[in-house]
Amino acid sequence: MTPNAERKQTPDVSMIVNGRAVRTAVDGRTLLVDLLRERLGLTGTHVGCETTQCGACVVHVDGKAMKSCTMLALQCEGATVTTIEGLSATGAPLHPMQAAFREHHALQCGYCTSGMVMMAVDIATRVNDLDEPTIREELKGNICRCTGYHNIVAAIAAGARAMRNQPSESDHA
Amino acid sequence: MRDFVYHRANSVEEAGRLASEDGAMLLAGGQTLLRDMKLGLHFPASLVDIGGVVPRHIELRENLISIGTGATHAEVAHSPVLHRHLPALAALVGHIGDPAVRHRGTLGGAVAANEPAGDYPAACLALDATLHTTKREVASVEFFVGDRRTTLEPGEIVTSATFPLARRAAYVKFLNPAARYAMVGVFAAVVTDGSPRVAVTGARMDGACRWYDAENALASSFVPERLGDVRLSTERLAEDFFADAEYRAHLAGVLARRAVALTDRAGPSVLVLSHGSSITAAP
Repeated sequence: MTPNAERKQTPDVSMIVNGRAVRTAVDGRTLLVDLLRERLGLTGTHVGCETTQCGACVVHVDGKAMKSCTMLALQCEGATVTTIEGLSATGAPLHPMQAAFREHHALQCGYCTSGMVMMAVDIATRVNDLDEPTIREELKGNICRCTGYHNIVAAIAAGARAMRNQPSESDHA
Repeated sequence: MRDFVYHRANSVEEAGRLASEDGAMLLAGGQTLLRDMKLGLHFPASLVDIGGVVPRHIELRENLISIGTGATHAEVAHSPVLHRHLPALAALVGHIGDPAVRHRGTLGGAVAANEPAGDYPAACLALDATLHTTKREVASVEFFVGDRRTTLEPGEIVTSATFPLARRAAYVKFLNPAARYAMVGVFAAVVTDGSPRVAVTGARMDGACRWYDAENALASSFVPERLGDVRLSTERLAEDFFADAEYRAHLAGVLARRAVALTDRAGPSVLVLSHGSSITAAP
C-alpha cells in the first residue's frame, strides 16, 4: 500500500484483551490506554501523569508490565493485553495480589491502585527474593500520593507469597 | 498529541525508505518519543514503527559485545552474556527508568533520542562503543553531538552497537529527587588498550560527553586520588530548580572519584545515589 493510500483510511488493530479478541479501527495517535478506556469501557486502567512517570496506566502486554499511556494502540497488533479487570473473572475470588491489597489496606483514594496491582503482579512474577528494598526499587515507576507506600510494600510482599502458594491462571498473558 | 500516519515497517530497508519522507520519524519502543510528542516537542507527519524489524541479539563476537538496537532495556539488563563480560553495562541499563519502561524502551531508541540525562550515551562514550547504522559505522564520540542531537540522517537507522570488552568499568549516578533520572551520572572505564575513559551525563546542557581533563589526570594511574584537582567547567552546565551549575560541577567530581574507586571493587559496578542515601567513607 502506498503511503498516500494509507493516509486516507483508518487502520485496524487486532489484539486479545482479557481473553477476548478485539479488532477495531484506530487513529495513529490512539494510545493503548485510550483504546482500553474509551473503546472497550475498561476504565479500571487510569491515566495520571500522561508522561510515563506515575504508573496509574500499567497493564500487562504479552505478560509484561507496560505503561499504556506511552504505547500506541497500533503497536499492540497481535498482542495479548491484561488489565485489572482481567486479573480475576467477574464473580470469582480476587486475585491473590488484589486480596493482599485489601487485607493490608494498601490504598486510600485508589487512583494509583490498579496500576500498583498490575505492577505488583509483574514484580512477583519476575523477582524471587522480594525483600522490602527490592519492592521499593521495583516500584520506582508507580507513584502514590496518599499512603506513603508502607502498606503497599507490605501488601506486595504478602501478595507475592500468596501467588507462590497458589499459582494463578488468572493472568491471561 | 496531533495525529499522524502510522506505518508498520516490514523490513529495515522499507523503514529507511518511509523514514526518509518529509516529516517522518522512527518509532522504536516509544518511551521517549511518545512522551515528547505529548509534550509538544515533536509533530511528526508520520511514524515508522521499527519495533518488529530491527535486530535484538546480544552476543559476544571476537572480544566485542554486539547488541541489536531492538533489544529492550530489560533484555540487556538480564543478559547472561553481559553479566559475564560487561556487567557494568547490564547494571546501568537495569537502572534506566523503571521496570515498565525497561520492558518497552530499546537501545536504539535511547541512543537516537540522546536525552541530556540519558544513561546509555554515557556508557557508549566511556566504553568506546561503535554504532552500526544502515549507512555506516560511527564512533560514539562522532554520534552524540548535543542536546537530543545525533549525526543520524533522515532515513538512517541504527541497527546495532558494539562494545569492546573493558578492563574495568563502573557507573555512579545521583538522581533528580522528583523525576529520578540522573542529575549527574559518571561512567569510568579502562578500555581494551589500557587508556582511561570518563563520560558525564546529566550535567551538561549538551548531553553526555567525554570528560577529557579527568581522563588525562587518570592516564598515569587509574585511582580516584588523581582526580583531586580536576574540576568540571561550569560553562554550559544545566541549571534547574534542584541543582545549579556549581552544584552539578561539584557532583561530577564526587561521582567520578566514586566511579573510579568502584571499578576496583568486587560486587556491583553501578551505584545509584539520591538525597537521603547513606554517606559512607568514600573518595
